Amino acid sequence: MKNFDAINHIKGKSIYIDDFVLPQNALFASVFFSPIAHGKIISFNLEKAKSIDGVVAILSSKDIPGENQIGGIIQDEVLLAENEVHFIGESIFVVVAKSLEIARKSKKLIEIEFEELPAIINEREAFAKNSLLAPPVIFANGNIEEGFSESDFIIEGSFSSGGQEHLYLETQGAFSIPQEGERIKIISSTQNPSAVQKQASKVLGISMNKIEVEVLRLGGGFGGKEDQATPWAVISALAARITNSPVKLVLSRQEDLLVTGKRHPYSSDFKIGLNKDGKILAYEVTYFQNGGAVADLSTAVLERTLFHATNSYFIPNVKATGISCKTNLPPNTAFRGFGGPQGMFVIEFAIEQAANKIGIPKHEIQKKNLLKDGDELHYGQIVENSNSESCWQKAEIQFNIENQIREIKRFNSENQLYKKGFSFMPICFGISFTSTFLNQANSLIHIYHDGSVSISTAAVEMGQGVNAKIAIAAAKTFSINIERIRIETTNTSRNANTSPTAASSGADMNANATILAAKEILARLIESARTELNANPTDLIEIIDEIVFVNHEKTNLTWEKLIWRTYFNRINLSAHGFYATPNIHFDRKTNKGKPFAYHVYGTAFTIAKIDVLRGISKIESVQIVHDFGKSLNPEIDLGQVEGALVQGIGWVTMEELQYSENGKLLANSLSTYKIPDIYSSPDKTEVVFLDNSENRFGPLSSKAIGEPPFMYGIGAFFAIKNAIENAKQEKSKINSSPITNEKILLELYNERK
Amino acid sequence: MNKAIKFILNETLFSININPATTLLDFIRNVAGLKGTKEGCREGDCGACAVLIGKIENGSLNYKSINSCLFPIANAGNSHIVTIEGLNQVELNPIQKEFNEESATQCGFCTPGFINSLTSYIIENQHLTKKNAENSVAGNICRCTGYSSIKRAIENIVEHFNSLNSPQNDRIPWLVENGILPKYFLEIESRLQQISENKNEIEIKNTIKIAGGTDLFVQKHENLLENNVTFLSKLKLNFFDENEKLVEIGSGTTIEEFRNSDFISEFYPKLKEKLELFASPLIRNSATIGGNLVNASPIGDISIILLAMNAKIKIKQNEDFRIINLNEFFKSYKKVDLAENEIIYSIQIPKQEKPFLFNFEKVSKRIHLDIASVNTAIQITYENYSIKTCKISAGGIAPIPKFLSKTSDFLCGKNITIENIKLATEIAQTEISPISDIRGTENYKRLLLPQLIKSHFIELFPKIIDVRNLI
Repeated sequence: MKNFDAINHIKGKSIYIDDFVLPQNALFASVFFSPIAHGKIISFNLEKAKSIDGVVAILSSKDIPGENQIGGIIQDEVLLAENEVHFIGESIFVVVAKSLEIARKSKKLIEIEFEELPAIINEREAFAKNSLLAPPVIFANGNIEEGFSESDFIIEGSFSSGGQEHLYLETQGAFSIPQEGERIKIISSTQNPSAVQKQASKVLGISMNKIEVEVLRLGGGFGGKEDQATPWAVISALAARITNSPVKLVLSRQEDLLVTGKRHPYSSDFKIGLNKDGKILAYEVTYFQNGGAVADLSTAVLERTLFHATNSYFIPNVKATGISCKTNLPPNTAFRGFGGPQGMFVIEFAIEQAANKIGIPKHEIQKKNLLKDGDELHYGQIVENSNSESCWQKAEIQFNIENQIREIKRFNSENQLYKKGFSFMPICFGISFTSTFLNQANSLIHIYHDGSVSISTAAVEMGQGVNAKIAIAAAKTFSINIERIRIETTNTSRNANTSPTAASSGADMNANATILAAKEILARLIESARTELNANPTDLIEIIDEIVFVNHEKTNLTWEKLIWRTYFNRINLSAHGFYATPNIHFDRKTNKGKPFAYHVYGTAFTIAKIDVLRGISKIESVQIVHDFGKSLNPEIDLGQVEGALVQGIGWVTMEELQYSENGKLLANSLSTYKIPDIYSSPDKTEVVFLDNSENRFGPLSSKAIGEPPFMYGIGAFFAIKNAIENAKQEKSKINSSPITNEKILLELYNERK
Repeated sequence: MNKAIKFILNETLFSININPATTLLDFIRNVAGLKGTKEGCREGDCGACAVLIGKIENGSLNYKSINSCLFPIANAGNSHIVTIEGLNQVELNPIQKEFNEESATQCGFCTPGFINSLTSYIIENQHLTKKNAENSVAGNICRCTGYSSIKRAIENIVEHFNSLNSPQNDRIPWLVENGILPKYFLEIESRLQQISENKNEIEIKNTIKIAGGTDLFVQKHENLLENNVTFLSKLKLNFFDENEKLVEIGSGTTIEEFRNSDFISEFYPKLKEKLELFASPLIRNSATIGGNLVNASPIGDISIILLAMNAKIKIKQNEDFRIINLNEFFKSYKKVDLAENEIIYSIQIPKQEKPFLFNFEKVSKRIHLDIASVNTAIQITYENYSIKTCKISAGGIAPIPKFLSKTSDFLCGKNITIENIKLATEIAQTEISPISDIRGTENYKRLLLPQLIKSHFIELFPKIIDVRNLI
């Protein structure tokens, strides 16, 4: 079983936003963005820009019929700037023209004058100036002072991790078509159709039922289209409403890089206390998150950082403080891991620093502190079915790690030009939206009277294979051939009030809702078969591989016949399933509760090699034991692990945004912002499925897969750093990610010069 | 009025009057309406727009893969352009089949580009290797898979084709027979012969001159549509000539043609692999030697290599020619000694007396398809571990591609010792002036160049140099 669309992808037949055949009267929108990071709009003149032949309209905030507000969690984000701009790339005007070329040409003639105001780029500077997106949040348990007073070793330090561009291959875009009356249809490349619907309704000043949002598929999302697909969809809808024509808006790559938010850069201060045995007793950490100019999802991202402050370790006394800093950068946003990676990175760094100070290998401390059943996490959830230790132990045995470490030592003693290093990276990632209300999904199933099945859910397909997983869940429930099932587009007219396809929970929740709907229809089918076969009320009726069985005996009644007869007898062949993740809660007053349905565990062992002369690194191998639960589809899940891993490696090795002092992204093209290519992928990637893992919250006992493996990539940072230390024969001072080739060479030689 | 441009797109012959600076990508998507070729970045850095271009050269039809986003349609004349739609058959072909088998597609946006790059590799190569097959997709970026599944698919493809008895020549019928190419490919050669036109003389005027287009089209295709442009490809300057003393290479020779030339095999055999660090195959198939020089980027790989080869360039103005040393060509940042009505006609590389050694080093943020932080090349003649002549160049450390004359002079006549190498790196420091930019800080570049000079000697004299004394 492959990704549902694989064959069309491979034949180039799959359709993305930019590929739709346009109606003849379609118009094209291009946005005029703020060229400065902070300032007041003094004056502007659109006359020259409007004078170009083919320009239909130039829209500003004044043209918005409803409310100029698209903020998701906090209402602090305008669709089009009014009097002030707060980041380079803030939308000010929208040129609508008969062709994209005309729109872009016109845009260049827009005259605008600003009074520039001081811009804040760095999160620490923002904190010092009390420029915050929300009040600080503290998660704590135990008694942090006592924890430190009992510690034999206390280590303090700072660490920072860089931002990351999503680099979905398909840029942001949408296409809106006015319908009869006030209705409007928006085709969007979004992970969150209901958010597009809601914000468009607000901006256009019409009720949600007049807006239909349709999503066919995404050419990659990774969180970048959870909240930040919305502005483009709403702008195209606004333009379509005002011009009364279909309007397409697709960002160029350079626009997309410049104006959309990234993974949040963080800088953090930590203090960790351990006893002589290497047990971690206390951990205090403060995260300074660079949120950008408006809140977007920053507060939720920060919360997930706090949840993942201790990664896969039990620490009895924790105080984690999160501060979401407001800067003049484009609003940073969701990106695979959603703040989790930034939180886990700091504890891993703190443990490394502790190991250096105590003089024992880092992995001994890691191993000693892994989570066990019954441990209480710092947010109050009790650990159940922990696979933290079992993944680690299986990795040690399966990969013969002791031998590999010996081999690395031998290599290092025999080679001068190249040195190797290794790291362990355990992960523990909580599954569920931490905003409890979002943990709901619905699924609509129709069985047509020829026996074919149509399923609509809230899940958006973006390459992660969610459609295949939903189809597998339905096919298994009905016991029919998967070829009979079609997963429909995601459409707000078929599935209402949907949560974004995010938080790794798309397959979990939507497959669960689908199973509920399928079971409802199945119950009717069983009764229909009973009638059809004149069976007794006590007879066991089952459908197995498309054939009806009575008391384990095969009958002549096939799926197709049964469906026709059920239809003929006027029995409902449709059902709507609703799933709400049970027993989760979280109290934001105390910051305690059970926010996660379950956790996903795993351990990665990474070997890096550096070229000591040239200062370049290569990840040689990454071997992973991962807790998939009972995988719904091993091929898709394997692809998610391998893909997330390399994205993680990219984040910590080569992906470097760099902003100028005045807030301009310097790595603003693919020639300067480098993401992994085929050579950056490890020479060897081995993924082992943890045996005997069950999960009563996942569909058919599976576990969520989207985000957790991203954090294996963090292992690359520590493996490279270890290789540097093996070359230098001393501890490295590097305390920021990414660990670029430049950083490696400077670390190797700068002091020795 | 522009003359009609004639070419075959998949099965269909086009003869169209169109702005010749239109990119092939825009033509394919917006005029021909084929949406399988994707726009990912418009700067040749992602490969989602990769297509095949087939041309009859020296009597045979050859295919290569290119970035259609950087390829002016003017350069497509008389050729066969193949998009994913032109490769599709009823069933998946063997390359596509392996991509499906190994789940080497997730969101699917990059996939047609990968298929195209691999197809050109398989069309052109009788014996496949995993390494070369992977290199054929070095210009294709995938953000979903992490490449593991793609590497497995490639491995299977290589195994599959190597198990068949693939012929060296006349490959198209064999590829059709084995299901890689659709049947219509059998007719392409004769169809192309019917539309072929002769070499044109063009007037070199005060216009923007476009060779391969891989630099000028980066993010700027809209400007080129509005300007007067001249397409140098019409001059067919992709030639090799030689006499006893030198090899003359037409400025329109692509990097890949240069890389695969007999000249490189004979005189610079190791450079072939090192040139894999120049951009990607998709770009090397379009980018020209002359273009890389005129661009005058301080980190242009070809400039650095040719400086160490002691190359001269032959400049053409109407019917007149002048020849100057390459290192006199670069005047200041992005300024070259070339009048508006002049073009680089060819590059002359003196044939070195053997034995001589050559090495090229490059470090960038990402190893492949990236622009160097620092690059450097060296050419040495020597006798008994004593250097007779030495030419060393470096990029990324000055406003121009720099010939390190003091360092080169110092090394001439010196013995190859650790001390002399270290002294050479110190002299190099005195003739460079790097600045901090997106490719690295000044500090880094000042540190990196000496490391790469040391790398030259470690690469070239592994037996004499004790690395422990150099690192």
